[in-house]
Amino acid sequence: MVAYALRRALQALIVLVGVSVIVFTLLQLVPGDPVRVALGTRFDQGTYDALRERSGLDRPLIAQYLSYLGHAATGDLGVSFRSGEPVTTLLLERLPATASLALTALLIALLIAIPLGVLAAVRAGSIWDYAATGISQIGVSVPDFWMGILFILLFSSTFGWLPPSGYEPLFGDPLGWVKHVVMPAAAVGLVSGAILTRFVRSAVLESLGRDYTRTAHSKGLRTGVVVRRHVLRGAMVPIVTVTGLQLASLLGGIIVIEIVFAWPGLGQLTLDAVRGRDYPVVQGSVLLLAATFLVVNLLVDLLYAVLDPRIRLR
Amino acid sequence: MRALISHRFALVCLVILAMMALAGVFGAALAPYGVNATDIPGRLRPPSLEHWFGTDELGRDVFSRVLAAAGVSLKVGLIAVGISLFAGVLIGLLAGYYGRFIDDALMRVMDMLFAFPAVLLAIAILAVLGPGVTNAMIAIGVVYVPIFARVTRAGVLAVREEIFVLAARSVGAGDLRIMASHVLPNVAGPVIVQTSLSLAFAILSEAALSFLGLGVQPPAPSWGRMLFDGRDFVQQAWWMGFFPGLAIFVTVLSFNIVGDALRDALDPAQRSAIEARSSERAAR
Repeated sequence: MVAYALRRALQALIVLVGVSVIVFTLLQLVPGDPVRVALGTRFDQGTYDALRERSGLDRPLIAQYLSYLGHAATGDLGVSFRSGEPVTTLLLERLPATASLALTALLIALLIAIPLGVLAAVRAGSIWDYAATGISQIGVSVPDFWMGILFILLFSSTFGWLPPSGYEPLFGDPLGWVKHVVMPAAAVGLVSGAILTRFVRSAVLESLGRDYTRTAHSKGLRTGVVVRRHVLRGAMVPIVTVTGLQLASLLGGIIVIEIVFAWPGLGQLTLDAVRGRDYPVVQGSVLLLAATFLVVNLLVDLLYAVLDPRIRLR
Repeated sequence: MRALISHRFALVCLVILAMMALAGVFGAALAPYGVNATDIPGRLRPPSLEHWFGTDELGRDVFSRVLAAAGVSLKVGLIAVGISLFAGVLIGLLAGYYGRFIDDALMRVMDMLFAFPAVLLAIAILAVLGPGVTNAMIAIGVVYVPIFARVTRAGVLAVREEIFVLAARSVGAGDLRIMASHVLPNVAGPVIVQTSLSLAFAILSEAALSFLGLGVQPPAPSWGRMLFDGRDFVQQAWWMGFFPGLAIFVTVLSFNIVGDALRDALDPAQRSAIEARSSERAAR
């Protein structure tokens, strides 16, 4: 198990270094001088020189990359061209908002996908299956930001039950947080739930056809017991994999929903940085989200080695 | 039965997509009003016989703009997927066919691109290239290259040791000819399915990027941008955001259903599993 974990961690590390090269290269591809572009009409020679020196842009490319990598490894992602604040501080300020939204959305997605997917598989070919597959197909095709706007129209404008936008910190005002998170999390969670439902259905369907399921049935166990004790356990590996992938893509993919609901997360920070050409912040947030994606994938790999011993013995 | 229903839906979806394509080509000519014709006294009018989808904050006819935006969305989707298809299939073909170092090098680069959430990577590329419809196509195209590369490579790995490939090699056919005439046609199925599904994702991505102000730039009509404008008027004029969103939903749903029907036709394994399960339950 340790050897397997180390091998997977090493592979993830190599990909992460590659990702850092791509993120670093982004700044080099900006036409012209990125600091001058970022400063725009606020150009001032003193500020310009200071920012270039602090960003290390006056050094050779390889030296710049190695310095960027070394600093990034210690959590230093440079300074914002606009505010002069450390990028890491800006990211850490926004991370709790994005993480809490993504995790709530994932919870909603699982609450939808597991019962619906299991029902569709157990009753494969029935009206339940068609209904679940149809709902999932619709969910996959709905733009989450449109659903968010429809929720605002319905639950804020029409019924006045929920605030249309904004954010309260989870540990500052838990009730306020719940009121604000429900709509954005439901908008994203319903779409993710639709994607997960397809995978749960297909994983359960496969598990239902296995010998151990047939044996469990032949022992005279009731269908509910067979599904709970045998089928779901057998289907767990693919379900965990896709759930992990969904969480990772949610972290980086809820940018649009953050804009719809004025949710002050990493997405909004990234978009503001793109609009203001604040490249160190763009680089930092992209690197953080891509690294999170890799770490979540690594954890999922390790988790399913725990769930299924055959994987780590391969 | 399932396949029949699925295919019937797929036929309806194909008709919808054909109508969208017609709207895309002739949208501006078919539109009852000018796409950018403003009418301030007639602003924020609800749907009526005169304005089927109502009017926006500048008095522009929402139906005419939704119709004209179909062309933009389909164009961005088609060109972006064309980029992914060309680059992804080429990379997957080379990686799968030659294996070893070429496979390792190309697929590790694909893994790196795959490590970025799709919209985030597109935004990062647009941060460098600048906002605009052409750059949005490039950004979306780059984002979906790894998917096509993986799908193609998986197919090539299965095909490259087949007897007909070995036979072609033994009669002296070159690598290029084997790849083009023998390998590529045999991996086309999954690639065609992926193309249809990717068109759905590409249209969603274009809408998301335009919603963020990074794709199609105003005053050109775009479903995503119209949705963004509609968000600010959600209390006074629900129709401004509702109809462009509905257009995105119907188009994406149609591509997804056609993609699924193609998969059913080209990969009957899953359908057989469902039918086997149904008959097993019926027998119990």
